[in-house]
Amino acid sequence: MPVVGKSVARLDGLAKVTGTAKYVDDLRLPGCLFGVTLRSSIAYGSIKGIAFDAAFPWKECVVVTAKDVPGQNRVQLLEDDQPLLAETRVMHPMEPIALIAHPDRATAYEALRHVRVDYEELDPVLSIEDSLAKKRLLRGEDNVFRSFLLEKGDIRAGFASAAHIVEGEYRVPHQEHAYIETNGVAAWVEKDGTVIITGSMQCPYYVLKALKPILGLPAEKIRVIQAVTGGAFGGKEEFPNMICGHAALLALKAKQPVKIIYDRAEDMACSTKRHPAVVRHKTGVDSKGRLLAQEIDVLMDGGAYVTVSPVVLSRGLLHSTGTYECPHVRARARVVATNTPPNGAFRGFGAPQTLFAVELHMEKIAKTLGIPSLELRRRNILKIGSVMATGQRLKESVGASDALETTVRRSGYLRKRAAHDRWNKDPRKPCWRGIGLALVHHGAGFTGSGEVNIASKAAVSRARDGKIWVKVSNTEMGQGASTTLAQIAADTLGVPLARVNVVTPDTHRVPDTGPTVASRTCQIAGGLVRKAALRLKEKPEETECVVQYEAPGAIHWDDKLYRGEAYGAYGFACAVVDLEVDKLTCEVKVRKVTTCHEVGKAIHPLIVEGQIMGGVLQGLGYALIEDAVFRKGVMQNAQFTNYTIPTAVDAPEIEVKILEHPYSHGPFGAKGFGELPTDVPAPAVAAALLHATGKLFCELPILPERIAKALA
Amino acid sequence: MIRFKLNGKRRSYDGPLFKRLLDVLREDLGLTGTKEGCSEGECGACTVLLDGEPVNSCLVPVGQVHGRSVETIEAMGTPAKPHPLQKAFLLRGGTQCGICTPGMLLCAWSYIRKGGRKDPEAIREYLAGNLCRCTGYQHIVDVILGFCKR
Repeated sequence: MPVVGKSVARLDGLAKVTGTAKYVDDLRLPGCLFGVTLRSSIAYGSIKGIAFDAAFPWKECVVVTAKDVPGQNRVQLLEDDQPLLAETRVMHPMEPIALIAHPDRATAYEALRHVRVDYEELDPVLSIEDSLAKKRLLRGEDNVFRSFLLEKGDIRAGFASAAHIVEGEYRVPHQEHAYIETNGVAAWVEKDGTVIITGSMQCPYYVLKALKPILGLPAEKIRVIQAVTGGAFGGKEEFPNMICGHAALLALKAKQPVKIIYDRAEDMACSTKRHPAVVRHKTGVDSKGRLLAQEIDVLMDGGAYVTVSPVVLSRGLLHSTGTYECPHVRARARVVATNTPPNGAFRGFGAPQTLFAVELHMEKIAKTLGIPSLELRRRNILKIGSVMATGQRLKESVGASDALETTVRRSGYLRKRAAHDRWNKDPRKPCWRGIGLALVHHGAGFTGSGEVNIASKAAVSRARDGKIWVKVSNTEMGQGASTTLAQIAADTLGVPLARVNVVTPDTHRVPDTGPTVASRTCQIAGGLVRKAALRLKEKPEETECVVQYEAPGAIHWDDKLYRGEAYGAYGFACAVVDLEVDKLTCEVKVRKVTTCHEVGKAIHPLIVEGQIMGGVLQGLGYALIEDAVFRKGVMQNAQFTNYTIPTAVDAPEIEVKILEHPYSHGPFGAKGFGELPTDVPAPAVAAALLHATGKLFCELPILPERIAKALA
Repeated sequence: MIRFKLNGKRRSYDGPLFKRLLDVLREDLGLTGTKEGCSEGECGACTVLLDGEPVNSCLVPVGQVHGRSVETIEAMGTPAKPHPLQKAFLLRGGTQCGICTPGMLLCAWSYIRKGGRKDPEAIREYLAGNLCRCTGYQHIVDVILGFCKR
């Protein structure tokens, strides 16, 4: 019986609901030490010395500093600018300087209080503006980690023919992932010298790649195994490279297993966040509201080291023009260095920042022209045949209009808008009501030639007992990857789902299918699983088929000019947010979110719906309550007490409709959509607040105090 | 030495009385189904039932459970024989990454056992101390609604 399109029981579910799933902190390792990290207390400066209090029993501890790194003291990623442990220079607060392990967790933490680091402090660069003004040079000649330019048509001609020109500036802050399981990892050394790493992570092969130069060991001598992972959202994409490196160093020196499990405060204060951004728009439109020219400037704060910032910036830029077609575009993007903890991957990966800006700018344009923003969107929306800013012509699977119109219809948008207008005219009402919408797209898979370059592999094998084993390095982190991939394999082979197993990602047991990022697991890894399963079906004599990624058809991308097919496929989403604002306290209550997501094909509709609901709530948190307060580069509210994420009470009813415009190169027509839900809520909230209050809130989060100030 | 009931069985403990109940459960008794999320009573991942009421076991010194009854996720069901509520969480979208799930389930279980109303607002209020970053809560609330009698 086919299972694709059916909401079968999750493969990972039984262990999770019975509390038997083993997360890294649940593993019992005999003789295990607990590792802690000594971190910099200043934002910028040099280390003059590290002094260990002679009265403390250091003999009971294992201590590691930069001198103990056997290979290169660098966390390898896009670049290798980030040290695993600071040597002489500190670039941001909370930068790791030394590691201490002790059999007792409390004593390990106590030991941190008996180390003194002497610094020579320098004046730090703490904002995008100061970085661009070269207050100090942290990187190269201009503090710019990376810049990109995207051009289409002739921007000057576009503006020359415009009836109106509308300008706007939009700002978005850090956002914390707030996975409920903090970062954690365990490491030990086997008798044959193999270093074993297991922990909470998205990308075991990223960890392997980072550890090889650090430990000076070949891939055969390092084995990275994913433990059950309690949420990630991008926060465990590249960050685990560092903590895995730390645990491995301690384990090698201690010759005992070592666990490092961050507490919440440390995790929030030291780990990556969503990049803060400033996005400026200047848009020319004709008298009917058709887009003629978009000039866009995207600035992001990368923090102290490169991490994945260039890729975040690139995706942000590629989504900055919105879900619209415009003949003339000039969009520039830069990510700069500051003395703050490095920012990194977070679900949406640059797109939530730029989509917030462009969607709110559409509201501003509509207001300027005096036409409904819904009409403005309809007049410019991407459809089959549209040419995007990179020159990519959309050929298939474009559900933008379907998402927009279906959401408008299902939400009663126009009717409620009129009703709220009437409500708001009555001064006796205790609140204002507003309803607003946003429309977004999100490219699935790596940008441009990314998928071709990484050449992912996947395998499907058949055991003697008839069981099927799916071998990919893409991890289950709650998003339902294991179940989805098993469904694809089962239906491709025509076997019952009960016979299909997904191997736990382990660099000694599965091929490198690339990282679990970029909404690529279902579409790209799932496509590979389908391909491998098809081959296995054709060859009953074979026990295993391994396949490698090949670009579907004639995909062309020019990385220098930023021209061509940026993504193989796009998911589309529209959301309507219905809310009210208390006239006295300015508190916002979201009454309902209605959303349609066009995903190609929902392999497991319940998992898809769960991804959409969860992503939407993260987006609502980003819009309204999540406020990471930084002072001197230090997060001041590194705890759930005052970095609040939405509770069940804050969460509104979320009505989801899944739309399917199959993508010919996706498995069973599926497209990646995992990040799409976090892109859409924030601009819809701002649009609803514009309706409720008449004010355009161009900076997130839109806290009550910000509303009160605007209305005062 | 303190004595208490753990998952229906009598237990005694003679370690430090200020040790967190969470650590006693996980470290001394090997019950790792109870999770640690924030260590300050904000996230609810460490929820256990104390005399049937949900509490954050990271905030409870073990001395406080003397003479009382503690229930953890291990009491609810096993992989071979899951409780119907666990099964419903599994089948209807109540669990994703799973780290909040044991605490969420225990909180939900206590709501149902107390005869909580079939009212989404009341359920959301009851769950407000249990954070979930994956689901958006709606599937969880829907599952619980199905178990409420009135």
